[in-house]
This record gives sequence, C-alpha cells and structure tokens, in this order.
Amino acid sequence: MTTTLTTTTLAGVAVQVNEEGFFEDPKVWTPAMAEEMAKADGLDALNEQHWTVLNFMRKEFFEKGTGPTVRVLGKTSGVSVKDLYLLFPKGPAKMAARLAGIPKPKGCI
Amino acid sequence: MTKRIVILGGGTGGTLTANRLHRHFRHHGSQHQPVEITVVDQDDHHVYQPGLLFVPFGLANHSEIVRPRQAQLHRDIEFVQDLIDHVDIHADTVYLQGGRELPYDVLVVATGAILAFDETEGLTGPGWNEKVFTFYDVAGATGLAAALDNFEGGKLVVNVVDMPIKCPVAPLEFCFLADWYFTDRGIRDKVEISYATPLDGAFTKPVASAALASLLEEKGIHLVTEFNTGEVAMNDDGAGGKLIGYDGREVPFDLAVVVPMHSGADYVGRSEGLGDDLNFVPTDKRTLQATAKSNIFSLGDATNVPASKAGSVTHFEGEVLVDNIIRFLDHEELDSAYDGHANCFIETGFGKALLIDFNYDTEPLPGHFPAAVGMPLLKESRMNHLGKLMFQWVYWHALLQGRDIPGIGADMPSRGKEQPTPPSTRTTQGASA
Ligand SMILES: Cc1cc2nc3c(=O)[nH]c(=O)nc-3n(C[C@H](O)[C@H](O)[C@H](O)COP(=O)(O)OP(=O)(O)OC[C@H]3O[C@@H](n4cnc5c(N)ncnc54)[C@H](O)[C@@H]3O)c2cc1C
Repeated sequence: MTTTLTTTTLAGVAVQVNEEGFFEDPKVWTPAMAEEMAKADGLDALNEQHWTVLNFMRKEFFEKGTGPTVRVLGKTSGVSVKDLYLLFPKGPAKMAARLAGIPKPKGCI
Repeated sequence: MTKRIVILGGGTGGTLTANRLHRHFRHHGSQHQPVEITVVDQDDHHVYQPGLLFVPFGLANHSEIVRPRQAQLHRDIEFVQDLIDHVDIHADTVYLQGGRELPYDVLVVATGAILAFDETEGLTGPGWNEKVFTFYDVAGATGLAAALDNFEGGKLVVNVVDMPIKCPVAPLEFCFLADWYFTDRGIRDKVEISYATPLDGAFTKPVASAALASLLEEKGIHLVTEFNTGEVAMNDDGAGGKLIGYDGREVPFDLAVVVPMHSGADYVGRSEGLGDDLNFVPTDKRTLQATAKSNIFSLGDATNVPASKAGSVTHFEGEVLVDNIIRFLDHEELDSAYDGHANCFIETGFGKALLIDFNYDTEPLPGHFPAAVGMPLLKESRMNHLGKLMFQWVYWHALLQGRDIPGIGADMPSRGKEQPTPPSTRTTQGASA
C-alpha cells in the first residue's frame, strides 16, 4: 500500500492526512477539528458519549502506541459495542480513530 | 541450586519449548547447576489443530489428530495435569486448581487462545451444533462432518466474527474445500457459499488478499467484507437463520460455520499484571520476553505479538525463545532475533494448495520457497497440497520434538521472492496490518 499525504484545512488549520483521512501527526489535533470532520461524516454534533469514546481512544493511543479495537473499546470504554455502532455508524474503530486524530487501528493477521 | 523452568500449556509451543530446553541442557550441561522442566496442561489430549480443517469433509478422523500430551515430551520432563488457577508474578509462583504450587525461576506462558463463544449474542443459542457450527474444536468439527453429510443444498455461510483468530487462512481454506466437497458430491449448483469477514478484503496483506479474492471469485464464493457479526439468530421454523451485523446488514444461512472470537486463557485475567484486556500476554515481538517481568517468556497464540496465531509462527518463535531463556539464565543480553516469520499452506481444494511466507516487514509475495527453485508461492499447486499433508508428520516427529527442520528456520528467506515494484514507494504494513 502506498501512502500519499494530502493537506486539508480543518478548523482553520492546515493538517496532513493520508488517503483515508487519518492524521499524519496526532499531536496537531484539536476538538474543533473533530467537530468539523463529524459534520462532514453526516453526524449532526458530537455528544457526550462520542467524546467519551474519542478521549478514551486518544488516551489509549498515547499510552499504548495504537488505538483500541472495537471489541476492546466495548470492554473498556464504558460504551457497549452496540452503542458504538450507533454513535459511529461507519464502523466505530476506524471512524472514531479518524475523528480522534489517531492512526487507523492495526487489525490483526 | 536447581533452576526451575515452568511451562504453562502442553500444546504446540509448550511441548516444543520443553523438548528444546531439555535437549540443550542435556547436551551442553549448564554453568548453573541442574535444570528442572515442568509442563502443565489441563488435559492429556494434544490436538493437531491444522487437522481440524479436514475433519468436516471426512478427510480426517478425530482419532488421527489427537495424541497423548505426555508422550510428546521427553521422559525427563515432568508433566502435571491440572487447571492453572493463576500466576503470582511477584512471588514467581504458579497456583494450580488442585492446590499444588509451582515456584519458578523462569516461566513460559504457552497456554494458547480460547474460543470466546459467549461474546457473540445467540451464537450458542438455538440452532447451535444443528445449523450453526464451528470447526475450531474437535467436537465442533466432528458435528459439522455429520451436518455437511446431510446437507443437500442451500446457503452455506462461513463467518469470522473478529480478529485475531488462530490460523487466519483456515476459514478461507474451509470455503475452498466446501466448493470442492459439494462439486465432488455433484450438488455444487445447489449450494450458495458466502464468506463474511470483518476485514476489508479476503485477507490482511494486500498482495495475498487480492490473490485470494480472485480465487474466491473463480470458485463462485461470495465475499462479504467489513461484516461485524453482532448476533446469530435462527428463523422461527428453526430451518435456517441469519447473521446480523452491527451495521444492520443481514446474511441469511441454512448452515453457518462460525469462527468465534478468541481470547487468551482465563487464568491470565486472574493473574495480576500478566495479560492485556483480552487476556493475551504483552510480549516483546523480537525477544519473546513478556513485558510483565524479565523472567517470563511467552510464545504462540497466547501472546499479543503482531504475527499470525499459527503453528509455524509458534515453531519459529520457539527457537528464539529457547535461546533467550538460556541467555537469561546465563545473565547475557537477549537476542532480538524473531523477525515475525510465518509460513502457511492454504488448501484450495481439488488436491491443490497455495503457500505463503512472510514476516513483520515483508508481506506474502509470489515467487518460490525457500529459494528460486522450490515450492511455488501464492500459486496453486499439487506440490503445496502434498506439503500441507506432510506437515502432520513433520509436526509430530520433528516440530514438537524441537528438531530443526531443514530449510525451514526462524529467519524468513528472501531469496526466491518477487519484490513488488517499485519498493521505494511502498510502506510496509508490518505484520499487524
Ligand atoms: C482449525 C485450525 C487450523 C489450523 N491450521 C494451521 C495451519 O495450517 N498451520 C499452522 O501453522 N497453524 C494452524 N493452526 C494454528 C495452530 O494450531 C496454533 O497456532 C498452535 O497450535 C498454537 O500453539 P500454542 O502452543 O500457542 O497453543 P496450543 O497448542 O493451543 O496449546 C495451549 C495449551 O494450553 C492449555 N491450557 C490453556 N489454558 C489452560 C489452563 N488454565 N490450565 C491448564 N492448561 C491450559 C490447553 O489445554 C492447550 O493444550 C490452526 C488452528 C486451528 C484451530
């Protein structure tokens, strides 16, 4: 897989993302960027549960070097897998990771 | 003082580690006194798990793939049959459910993965072992053989609930063999076969994924991707049912073959500091030392290393792990030698198989194994099928005994592989992609 980065403007800031929209540098992320990406994804607004998940994902990423899978999210974030799919209809692990500004979670082989 | 090495699990990894360690200390002695090796397992039935794939199709019988565990271990190795209750990593002691305590100098965690049936709603509810099966254990594979025998047509769905699973190619092999099996019975036109996977393609690595997707297509097997099974539900008449995805999609079936979620062994969760959220053991992917403590090592399906949960991986890891245990006892620096090497035959039906060979940095590529002349990689051939069948003999007689297998070592060979072009623009996905 080739990685091509593009620059996009989020909340008024130029940000580098890969072709799937994942941040190149998770540190440049701000909550306002998440709000903007969520709108583009068709979510009206991010509610408290969304933020629980996004904050949890960022914390896990900075502690462990990789974002959690949906199953681990369901076990540890306080939000059930069913609810995760309602909150992030395009697939929680991927969509939440993108909105949280962290890399796509590594699947397993 | 005697050094005590306790090995948890007497499956592939535990057995080959015990035999390798035993051989080393017998031949080379030890600068540090005698070594005692103890292996613990809950039962005395060692299953050749790759053989489970063949049982549903009547190509193997469960008695051919199960042998006593103790018979695979050198007689000087102590075998304890009991359930592990927990490990106290601070006290360097294993507690067994029968009450025995096993203090250790070095611990090896080789307790593999368990099938977490309960994590999928409805999976073991109505229809279980009648219309809904797994072939990932002996009972399931045997029951499925009877169900396939009675299957006269309809929708067969093969589903992987979530990764990681043991031998991630096995469900694909099941699809290919089902295609062959129904063709052989003359009813292939009456059977619709689908493969529903949580991945975004047939497999994880791009080149192999594309090759396997076209094989599925050639064989008329429908591929359903990014399908995350939330529930297995039977129809009211009990004749069939459907898989319901978390996103609302449904896959109807007359017969479902489900590979359930996998977790590490339960006792890992009861052993403070040893495991992660899924009870797998966080382990250095190159030295195979557990991150919990320097005298704990882990290999095989029990670890969280980003390599396939496969017997070949366990075998290659074993070489590095044993070397590092010896280094640890000798107070030497550990060797970061494991490169993620995996080597899998993929049975494709009609007496053929593919072979894939890869590691942390190199995805499965076409070419030949182990060098320019050898078994074809990523290409169907009869030779690969024979290789797969021969592997059972190799497993019992060389792999478990801890003997080196000529031409197949821990380091992945690069000779013979066709490099994709142009390499400079590719980012390797790591073995965890
Ligand atoms: C259907 C199928 C097909 C496969 N095909 C292939 C293939 O073609 N090629 C390949 O390379 N690999 C294949 N594999 C994978 C391979 O079998 C495993 O990766 C390998 O056996 C892992 O070895 P292990 O030692 O980690 O675990 P195991 O061999 O499973 O051993 C773990 C042991 O720990 C014991 N244990 C667990 N918990 C406890 C406890 N609390 N107390 C006491 N004992 C405990 C268990 O009884 C078990 O004996 C396949 C697997 C399956 C299921």
